[in-house]
Amino acid sequence: MLNQYLPIIVMIVAAAGTAIGMIVATTLIGPKKSFPDKDEPFECGVSPVHNPKSRFSISFYVIAMLFIIFDIEAVFLFPWAVIFQKLGMFGFIEMLLFIFVLAVGLVYVWRKGALEWE
Amino acid sequence: MDITLIPGYQYMPELVEMMLKIVFIFTMNVGVFAPLLGYVERKQSALMQDRIGANRAAILGFTIFGLWHTMTDAIKLIAKEDFIPEGADKPLHFLAPFVAVVPALIAFAVIPFGGTYYLWGHEAHLIIADLDVGILFIFAVAGIGTYGAVIAAWASNNNWSLLGGVRTAAQMVSYEVAMGLTIVGVLMVYESLKLTEIALIQEDFFMWGIFLQPVGFLLFLACALAENKRVPFDIPEAESELIAGYFTEYSGLKFAMFWMAEFVEIVTISAILTVLFFGAWHIPFVTHDGLLSLLTSVVGADIGNLLLMFIHLAVFWGKVCFLIVFLMLIRWSLPRFRYDQIMKLGWKIILPLALVNILATGVILLVVK
Repeated sequence: MLNQYLPIIVMIVAAAGTAIGMIVATTLIGPKKSFPDKDEPFECGVSPVHNPKSRFSISFYVIAMLFIIFDIEAVFLFPWAVIFQKLGMFGFIEMLLFIFVLAVGLVYVWRKGALEWE
Repeated sequence: MDITLIPGYQYMPELVEMMLKIVFIFTMNVGVFAPLLGYVERKQSALMQDRIGANRAAILGFTIFGLWHTMTDAIKLIAKEDFIPEGADKPLHFLAPFVAVVPALIAFAVIPFGGTYYLWGHEAHLIIADLDVGILFIFAVAGIGTYGAVIAAWASNNNWSLLGGVRTAAQMVSYEVAMGLTIVGVLMVYESLKLTEIALIQEDFFMWGIFLQPVGFLLFLACALAENKRVPFDIPEAESELIAGYFTEYSGLKFAMFWMAEFVEIVTISAILTVLFFGAWHIPFVTHDGLLSLLTSVVGADIGNLLLMFIHLAVFWGKVCFLIVFLMLIRWSLPRFRYDQIMKLGWKIILPLALVNILATGVILLVVK
């Protein structure tokens, strides 16, 4: 038997080759005409007045933090789910407690208003 | 020359099989579905909005239902100028479409598109890489795709791009959580992360995921649409307020790469839905062995296996095509959700429902046992 990850490596090489080929093709083919007005970032025809690399809403950061917490919880549930039927009642109650803690966390961020968007 | 003298000779059939499968999947995704879905989407929207649709491109007067438009689109995209705006981060501007398209192309590696067939003494498995952690691999690879959008947004030095990128990032991570919890119910029922095992259990029509996990299916469908950033979840690229979202400053083939990534993702999502919920390559009430023995009695074992393989391939891709059309039907039927509505749906409705689904599945499984 071949290593089961070998096809994935071949696949990554093929996909990367396709992607690099497309990038190289688009830089080589096609016209190259640049002048100052054209090179400006697209802003519906007016000159940009606001630098995009400035502050944005804190809510996005909060969502990113919540994602890390809840996604790790989800990953912990995966191995449990696979052997759930073998564990029976014991495993179910154990995981019930785990999900309860997760749910308390969700209720907390909900009540704190971290999921509200104005 | 004696072929057995070549080093690694015993691996030759497997290597050839592997290359054939990879070429097949690449041809399906890049060569068939990516260009064709653009056409299908235009034609379907025309049908639904009572227009005639793409029908102008013609060679010697033949329009073949507007199919030449797939070719003219490709030529146009290749011939366009590669535009990079002033103040953009050039290396990142090149990296972003690469990061977006590569994960989309490799996610299909762990999805089975057929069973096991014995062809002239060779055992062929219709899956590129049968990993034990198949579903986790798809989640991991799909997660990388988010970086493509965020890098594109940051590199473009454009307000609309950055707004689109920030919205994309928050939406995709939110629905990744919901999607991960939704899939747990499916794993509990089938007791495996391996997609081939999940598919094999569904040979029995009444073991199909859609019957065992109906709520899980609906939640997964909503999450999959949101992950793909399609209507009604397309606020990150809402054209009426953000031009095109994170790929506003992309043109030519680099734009085509984002476009290709999106269409290949639709194919992958449809394939995952087929394997998890719609019985993969199985025909309802027809077993693998039953059909094989029938075919074998008519045309012999090897040809029988080959015929069965083609039948299963047709069934699998037929189901995938049906789901693609269904997803596009949703695309042209629903209005766009507001951003707060999307976040509310993800965190306050789908996430708690997914947890309830896990508990309900657990209780039912324990009672049935």
